[in-house]
Amino acid sequence: MAEFCSLRDAVAAHVHDGDTVTLEGFTHLIPFGAGHELIRQRLRDLTLIRMTPDLIFDQLIGMGCAAKVVFAWGGNPGVGSLHRLRDAVENHWPQPLEIEEHSHAGMANAFVAGASNLPFAVLRGYKANDLAKFNDRIRTVTCPFTGEELAAVPAIRPDVGIIHAQRADRQGNVLIHGIVGLQKEAVLGAERSIVTVEEIVDRLDPPANSCVLPHWVVDAVAVVPGGAHPSYALGYYERDNPFYIAWDAIAKDREVFTRWVERHVLGTTDFSEFRASIDGAGAGEAGP
Amino acid sequence: MSEADFTTNEMMTVAAARMLGDGTVCFVGIGLPSQAANLARLTHAPEVVLIYESGPIGAKPDILPLSIGDGILAQSADTVVPTHEIFRYWLQGGHIDVGFLGAAQIDRFANINTTVIGSYHRPKVRLPGAGGAPEIADQAGEVFVIMHQGRRSFVDKIDFLTTAGYLDGGDAREKLGIKGKGPTRVITDLCILAPEPGSKELVVTSIHPGVTREKIRAATGWDLRFANEVIETAQPTQTELSTLRAFLARTARAHGDDR
Repeated sequence: MAEFCSLRDAVAAHVHDGDTVTLEGFTHLIPFGAGHELIRQRLRDLTLIRMTPDLIFDQLIGMGCAAKVVFAWGGNPGVGSLHRLRDAVENHWPQPLEIEEHSHAGMANAFVAGASNLPFAVLRGYKANDLAKFNDRIRTVTCPFTGEELAAVPAIRPDVGIIHAQRADRQGNVLIHGIVGLQKEAVLGAERSIVTVEEIVDRLDPPANSCVLPHWVVDAVAVVPGGAHPSYALGYYERDNPFYIAWDAIAKDREVFTRWVERHVLGTTDFSEFRASIDGAGAGEAGP
Repeated sequence: MSEADFTTNEMMTVAAARMLGDGTVCFVGIGLPSQAANLARLTHAPEVVLIYESGPIGAKPDILPLSIGDGILAQSADTVVPTHEIFRYWLQGGHIDVGFLGAAQIDRFANINTTVIGSYHRPKVRLPGAGGAPEIADQAGEVFVIMHQGRRSFVDKIDFLTTAGYLDGGDAREKLGIKGKGPTRVITDLCILAPEPGSKELVVTSIHPGVTREKIRAATGWDLRFANEVIETAQPTQTELSTLRAFLARTARAHGDDR
């Protein structure tokens, strides 16, 4: 049953050191506000799951929150590298980072299997490439009807599923529209779930076939306006592409990165303060 | 128009765009593939169906998306489906004619690496990884690859096999039961390559205006061969160039970036 609370209380109640956590949203509705709160509460040894780690995992990895990352494409979309992810993999800074690497098709199927309460996903995939050589969780299964060999990957069933959505009603029913990614599966497959929303409305009035998560599958709902920034929330604000471009220079340098997080994330108490701190100008200054 | 009136990048994008027939259902990678596929849509192929892995089907963006899931893709699409549906129903379901991919490294049999340079556990350069490419290359009817050509990208041996081309060549791909034809065209800033029938080794089939064979060979990390009949790529038309430039100018303005 959805409980309305602050994001700080939601994270404190539901996320613990060592947890497996997914923060989904395929370019759209990436839960940056929630990611920042994980950094503020100094969570450690997390296994982080996202198809595309994006800037949010770059920040979490660079601040030493992650022991392991499960992913399929770890770049800054349209810009280049995720420098904190790279530094962790290439140079073990700030600490060694275990990686479990998949393809998008594999992870998408694994999320569906998780929501379906199945132990693994089956797909035509991972054929004739090196991914399985370095990831023993990519295996094969034989079709009992045709004998065809198919790829199998374990279901994604995290301790915590965190997503951002456009809005919820006063019962905590959540509506997502636009590119819905794997957000529904991230919540349904998780033991506990946190949803941040742009706003609470009296009535959702969802069009038929909308992506709605009923209040009774969500544990916590927190209002975080702009909570997907610098990604976007369709109908509310657009993707802040200049931020993504500016992130490259910030993340490239360990000290600049650390100063940026200390000033704008650790130096603020919540996401609205963070937004004021960067003051809408790209990604803000790194600080002294 | 003289040869100096267009850049090698423009020639590459135009040559790649021409490969897409009108009405083709195309699974589009971000960056150069997206640029070329949208140029096709804005010129000779208005009915081309562009599918992006985040969920938009039939996207018609009026600016180039920076990411694979920009709002403009969803807002301009015929429909938006959950991401897993894209991979399960539309790609694995067999509805994609062409997969349009980029690459960091490619070898003579069009095998692609987008994972690491160096060893996997101690990489010299950690690249973004597979994304959607392995299954796109496996299950799309055929694959076009667009990338810059140079000794660091056209290599004798890739450091990691992310996405299968023709493996060791010949019928290695078919023997594994892979249904999609694989990479049938590789379009670069210098030329167009295609797998030679039989061996499946990439050979040059078309050379862009003003480019020499020596230059292409010098930009290739293996002993590159040329097809028996090599043509010169038709230079970009005024319409192709003006459409591409206007598209990129709109994009730069929208992204607050003058790159």
